[in-house]
Amino acid sequence: MTVALSAKEVAAKLEQQLPSGIIESNEGSILVNSEFLPDIIAFLKTTPEFDFDYLNYITAVDYLDYFELVYQLTSMNHNHSLVIKTRCYGRENPSVPSIVDLFVAANPQEREIYDLMGIRFEGHPNLKRMFLWEGFEGHPQRKDYL
Amino acid sequence: MEIERPGDFIYSDTDVDLYEGQAIEELKANSRVPIPDPDEWLDEEIQQNILLTTVDWVLNWGRRSSPWVSLCFPACCAFEFIAAMGPRFDISRFGMEILRASPRQADLMITAGTLTWKHAPNIRRIYNQMAEPKWVIAMGACAVSGGIFRSGYNVVPGYNHIIPVDVYIPGCPPRPESLIQGIQMLQEKIAKRKNFA
Repeated sequence: MTVALSAKEVAAKLEQQLPSGIIESNEGSILVNSEFLPDIIAFLKTTPEFDFDYLNYITAVDYLDYFELVYQLTSMNHNHSLVIKTRCYGRENPSVPSIVDLFVAANPQEREIYDLMGIRFEGHPNLKRMFLWEGFEGHPQRKDYL
Repeated sequence: MEIERPGDFIYSDTDVDLYEGQAIEELKANSRVPIPDPDEWLDEEIQQNILLTTVDWVLNWGRRSSPWVSLCFPACCAFEFIAAMGPRFDISRFGMEILRASPRQADLMITAGTLTWKHAPNIRRIYNQMAEPKWVIAMGACAVSGGIFRSGYNVVPGYNHIIPVDVYIPGCPPRPESLIQGIQMLQEKIAKRKNFA
């Protein structure tokens, strides 16, 4: 069974590296500043102590005030996992940096989130609709759709 | 101990051969003309080797007795279809045991799943690829009307918005008996088809 790392302990180590990146952390997850998201994930991926080499999923939640993106990372070697969250604000054009450069698996998932939630991923190489057709109005997974 | 001598036969060996030869010659002499086939039970028309029917009837008989099926986009209805293909329900009794992977070889399209608008152009293209004459059975609530997904933003409310449907089979999913009844209804429809209108 994969061990869920204590997010507080990981956040303490991350704060030494990127002090302004961490907003808050609890036992389950780390909430990070979306500007520093690629840096933080790159750090977690490359540091041998963590060695997060596998992206389980990216998903997005609509809280009406803001969108929250959830990333789960897993290390195959150490058999542990971690949940990272970040927020983006605004209904019109919310955006977060893309992590396709770090994980290829993020490519279709970010497209799906863009398609259904309307969150732009800056730096994505092919950000266009995936399940719906070009010209579809709105983003159906948003809570205020319909 | 003295061995008993065999007794004399009634006929000599030469006599037996002679009788046999005579019987063969007699049979051969009497068998110059073949015995007529026992065809008294046949009626007059068949004795003349002529069947009277209409071309329509023959074409429709052939078409309704062997529709080749292309199963399109099956979802949960597929399991009922598989059960209908299996030995318990066995729709090969109706000449439908051949499933085609290509619509170009199929006469009958059975649509057994939800259709989304993104996929709708493809199903029209697939329908256009089927050779004439062609028929469509909408199997299940999703194919008939969109089913429980009807109010979804991307669901086509029924295949009849995209292609003409001949037979609707309600049910979610329909039992194999329903599918068989739908096929029989389609066969009745094909039987009434006018090929030379």
